[in-house]
Amino acid sequence: MSEISPSRRRFLMAIPLAGAGIAGVAFWKMLSGMSAGSFDPHDIHAPAAGRVIPDFDLPAQAPGEGFSSTDLRQQTKPVLINFFASWCIPCIAEMDALLSLKKEVEIWGIAYKDKPENAEGFITRAGNPYTRIASDREGRVAIDWGVSGVPESFLIAPGGHIIWHGAGGFDNGNTLNALKAVLAKVPA
Amino acid sequence: MTRFLRHLFLSLSLFLIATPYIALAVDDPSEMLPDPRDEARAEAIGAQLRCLVCQNESIEDSSAGLARDLRKVVREHVAKGETNDQIMHWMVVRYGNFIRLSPPLTLATALLWGMPALALLIGLLCAFIMFRRRSVTAPLPLDPDEQKRLDELSRGKGQTDA
Repeated sequence: MSEISPSRRRFLMAIPLAGAGIAGVAFWKMLSGMSAGSFDPHDIHAPAAGRVIPDFDLPAQAPGEGFSSTDLRQQTKPVLINFFASWCIPCIAEMDALLSLKKEVEIWGIAYKDKPENAEGFITRAGNPYTRIASDREGRVAIDWGVSGVPESFLIAPGGHIIWHGAGGFDNGNTLNALKAVLAKVPA
Repeated sequence: MTRFLRHLFLSLSLFLIATPYIALAVDDPSEMLPDPRDEARAEAIGAQLRCLVCQNESIEDSSAGLARDLRKVVREHVAKGETNDQIMHWMVVRYGNFIRLSPPLTLATALLWGMPALALLIGLLCAFIMFRRRSVTAPLPLDPDEQKRLDELSRGKGQTDA
């Protein structure tokens, strides 16, 4: 066995310890970020915010009135677009939050890949938070928006600019707070 | 014998290379394009696109609803004769670079792409240093006392004097 100098021995022993230490700090940062809401491993990194809305024209979903991208662009106040479906459990969970958000911002719903009768039943049961409701039966308009699942919401400024994009329900305090922070900055 | 081994090795590696492509399968044969060349191109594009629901599968591998819709979109664009780059761009505009299973080379991904070469370089450097040190610290010849002690030990007398 060749001799190892004490300083070299300490150095060799420190390598795995330092590795474990770095991994520990990284995990701690991720976990604390998850509970604080600054880090979300399910984040979909969608680049929608900052873009303009895609062109579309969707039929009405009872009990509401359908709308097109032109209708949305012509608004003079910010509008929250909410993709939802009756088959989506997180959408049911966020309904109470949407009903109270309705007092702060106009919400337009788009039913995603849903049977019209099911969507209507869902909205009627839940209490309708939507000013207008359109139906995206095939889910193709949702793809143009960059939707990867429901519920997903976009805040649209007058002129059709997407100023905020959130995936996940508003029953999650982090999502709700993120939207409210943006809402506080835009002239209502 | 070596011929047999070489054949075995070749067929095994071919099998391993081909497996991921064999595994790509659409849920429903009616989704497939009639022209096999178009279908192969659509599958190759789809294999490069992340299913945003399952996140670690490609849309060709996934049976999620969104993946099925995106497969359909890819096939529509292929049928229209768009190039692979055009179709990729269409997807990235909507879903960002996150939808690409192999990220493009940018400043943010430079370390990721450079890592194989960097790791090889570090490994070669370590090997070079260690080999050089080994040649420098060749064992010195034993002096007469050490040689005597070694002889004793080899005769099995080493344990008696501690």
